[in-house]
Amino acid sequence: MSANSPPFFQQPLLKTPFHERARALCQVDSFVPWAGYTTVDVFTTVEQEYFAIRNSATLYDLTPMVKYRISGPDALRYLNRLVTRDIAKIKPGRVGYCVWCDDAGHLIDDGTVFCLAESEYRLCTAERQLDWLLDSALGFVVQIEEVTEDIAALALQGPTSCAVLKRLGLSGIERLRPFETGHFQSGPHALLVSRTGFTGDLGYELWMDPASAETLWDALMAAGGTRGVRPIGSQALNMVRIEAGFLLPNLDFVSAGRTLRTGRDRSPLELGLAWLVDFGKGHFTGRRALLLEQRRGPARQLVGLDVEGNKPAHHALLYAERAGQHEVGSVMSATWSPTCKRNIALAMLTAPHFRTGSTVWADIYLNRELVWERRMARALVVERPFYAPERRRATPPADF
Amino acid sequence: MSAAAPGSSYDVLVIGAGHNGLVCAAYLARAGRKVLVLEASSGVGGAAVTHEFVPGFRVSSCAHLLHLMPEWLGRELSLDRHGLEFAATQLPTVALSQERPPLILSAGAQSGLPEPDGSAYLEYRATMARFGATLQPLFERAPPRLGTNALADRAGLLRLGWQIRRLGRPRMRELLRIGAMNVYDLLQEHFSDAGLQGALAFDAVLGTNFGPRSPGTVLTLLCRLAAQGASGAGGLRLPRGGLGAFSVALAGAAGAAGAAIRTSAPVERILVKNDRACGVQLRSGEQIGAGCVVSSADPKNTLLGLLGAEHLDAGFVRRVHHLRSRGLAAKLHLALKGPPRFTDVPAAHQGGRLLIAPSMDYLERAYNSTKYGEYSAAPPMEIVVPSLHDPALAPLGAHVLSAIVPYLPYQIGGGWDNGRQRCIGTLMATLEQYAPGISGLVEGAELLTPQDIEQRFHIRGGHWHHGELAFDQFFMVRPVPGATQYSTPMAGLYLCGAGAHPGGGVMGYAGRNAARRILGLRAAA
Repeated sequence: MSANSPPFFQQPLLKTPFHERARALCQVDSFVPWAGYTTVDVFTTVEQEYFAIRNSATLYDLTPMVKYRISGPDALRYLNRLVTRDIAKIKPGRVGYCVWCDDAGHLIDDGTVFCLAESEYRLCTAERQLDWLLDSALGFVVQIEEVTEDIAALALQGPTSCAVLKRLGLSGIERLRPFETGHFQSGPHALLVSRTGFTGDLGYELWMDPASAETLWDALMAAGGTRGVRPIGSQALNMVRIEAGFLLPNLDFVSAGRTLRTGRDRSPLELGLAWLVDFGKGHFTGRRALLLEQRRGPARQLVGLDVEGNKPAHHALLYAERAGQHEVGSVMSATWSPTCKRNIALAMLTAPHFRTGSTVWADIYLNRELVWERRMARALVVERPFYAPERRRATPPADF
Repeated sequence: MSAAAPGSSYDVLVIGAGHNGLVCAAYLARAGRKVLVLEASSGVGGAAVTHEFVPGFRVSSCAHLLHLMPEWLGRELSLDRHGLEFAATQLPTVALSQERPPLILSAGAQSGLPEPDGSAYLEYRATMARFGATLQPLFERAPPRLGTNALADRAGLLRLGWQIRRLGRPRMRELLRIGAMNVYDLLQEHFSDAGLQGALAFDAVLGTNFGPRSPGTVLTLLCRLAAQGASGAGGLRLPRGGLGAFSVALAGAAGAAGAAIRTSAPVERILVKNDRACGVQLRSGEQIGAGCVVSSADPKNTLLGLLGAEHLDAGFVRRVHHLRSRGLAAKLHLALKGPPRFTDVPAAHQGGRLLIAPSMDYLERAYNSTKYGEYSAAPPMEIVVPSLHDPALAPLGAHVLSAIVPYLPYQIGGGWDNGRQRCIGTLMATLEQYAPGISGLVEGAELLTPQDIEQRFHIRGGHWHHGELAFDQFFMVRPVPGATQYSTPMAGLYLCGAGAHPGGGVMGYAGRNAARRILGLRAAA
């Protein structure tokens, strides 16, 4: 932001470098704000976009994802103190999903760490974190700068995404393994490609200079051809991320930096992210609190639910028995999964109901032509993810 | 809690041989712990030392009076047997004035005050002493924590409530009314004499970053009175040989109890194993293991310097980082050819505690300058001439003058290296107004700015109290939430210095409370 731009509160939502392309293709003119940018919620219909993700290739504008460049001699030590997993295991050219906590072991946010080179990392998060990142930098020789506006980003996801990139001329893209990054060239345009995504499917994320953004968008749409590239909005993405069992801040948890009421913070252990917490790597913020919690055993846990029937259990309260006497939790995110043909949900359940195989009852409200009906639906606690196709890991991917 | 870690020969390492470190070591050793005290300087005492600033002239480097240490501490540690003597006791406070004869103030008497302030003064002293005595028991133990179910915490809170309730309804109401006030308003309520107000307000702001009108200055005054009230009948005392002699006596007591003391042994870092402090590494590279480590260094040095942010949570580090610990008090030392003569001060009182604080506005103006990195052309001072009582501090017939100068900022425009002489000139001009001819007696002068105090005594920020004494850094949240009750987030690492409750001043409570805390934890294990 230049020094003479108007004050922040007077600015409308920012436009990403892909905005003009997206606006031209957005048939229902459905935009939502995301991290200060206006982004597409739905281009055509949610169903059409959903099936495109699972059956062809899709473009999703990731530019509003907040990006920080973290560099300096202490960058690794700094990140290891910041996040709960061992960043030393993420070598140059690799990406890792990670979460970070406050002192009490409550989740502040999740994101991905890219190791671009020795002592140079990029942290991508859904929300702005600079204050916490700078607080965490006290005592470390590290530079932290926000580079969100310097990098345009697109997610290309779906079974034909590798084929599309090959047609775009990214030679060797098929050798890129999950959570690996590579530098590619498309004509004169340099691209950093990571085999990452939020769909649980085969897919890539493309990071580029904003100046190249529109040209590359056009090239990707053209390269689609019979492989069918289509842009998608946030609503379709939300369906596939529930299938993949991924969390969204403010839907599945509220950042510990934003909760107002006591007891609304969530720890990674409660959110089913214990696999991301490495107690053996040395100290990190929240470690002592999480160790205590681990010894106590979590009081609640985020789990997957397989709900009977086909009506999504949006925001349903969950009960221990059909009569609805004892409340044991509530649904965070829910959707009908067209691919799994299952009615799925992510729910927060109190002990001991979160054990896999437990049965709880979801109190679902249905609006049928303006008449509200209530259903008690049996729900089974199941392992996440709900959908994990082999192709997401296959290297090289099959040529769909 | 385990005993000494395998391979270590000590139960406890104490970082810093300041008075709190020595007191802590003495109590731990008396309880049978194997203790080693590690001191960076070549002698014991920390900031409570006597140094030679001009050949033949010696002076207490920071605090120059002993009046806050509880009487029982001297008794319990038999400090007299270890050489502590007083060259003078019950020094009167002499409020200097250019306009009239000085006021002579002591606990139970005054002279020079017009009525009704004269009798109001005695009543005020009695009431404030009573309030101080109400708070004093809080100093003797670890403060209670809020929000726990622990019996000790609840008992501590009940005790506090009971102490205050015991004052009786009118006095209790008065204490609660004035507790968070500023001392300017309080003294306006009681007195009209500007000189008296200035002298009494001086005690509230000495060593702080406050002016008389700053919020919380009644609290700082009450804390001083609380400690003073328990320090015994000696009142304001001058240890023979300066404060350094007091520290030597403490070291003697610690040594006699079995504690070992190593000087010139600066600690470089605190060693951590399995998320527990297990020893220290000296700057020489030598590593010393122990069951636990107690630091009398200031909280920033201890936690951010010696331990390191990487062993602590980010939110906690931010709190420690923001601990307000900039010093604002300096020290002026003068080597004088002969005794100074303060105008109109009776000969018997020339050796008293002389205050240049002619009004509260004088103090407030001096404080105002410091907000902008400047100092006042009319600075306040607390002056003693210890050689009048203790001739050995100076060559025969010569004298040393020791003055605490509040309100000299940590940093001044152009830097202290360039501004030092000019500042000494300002201070001498001020002294000259109250003791004409003093400049002609000066053979040598030394000014210790907050920066000098920071470097010389290894106190980050150069604050005498290792951290401002203010409501948000006081009692159950001192020095910061997460490091209260003498423990820290790092298992096996404790704080026993002025940064811990009840704070700075040569008192020794923090050292003793920390020792009791460590012993209590062990007993419970």
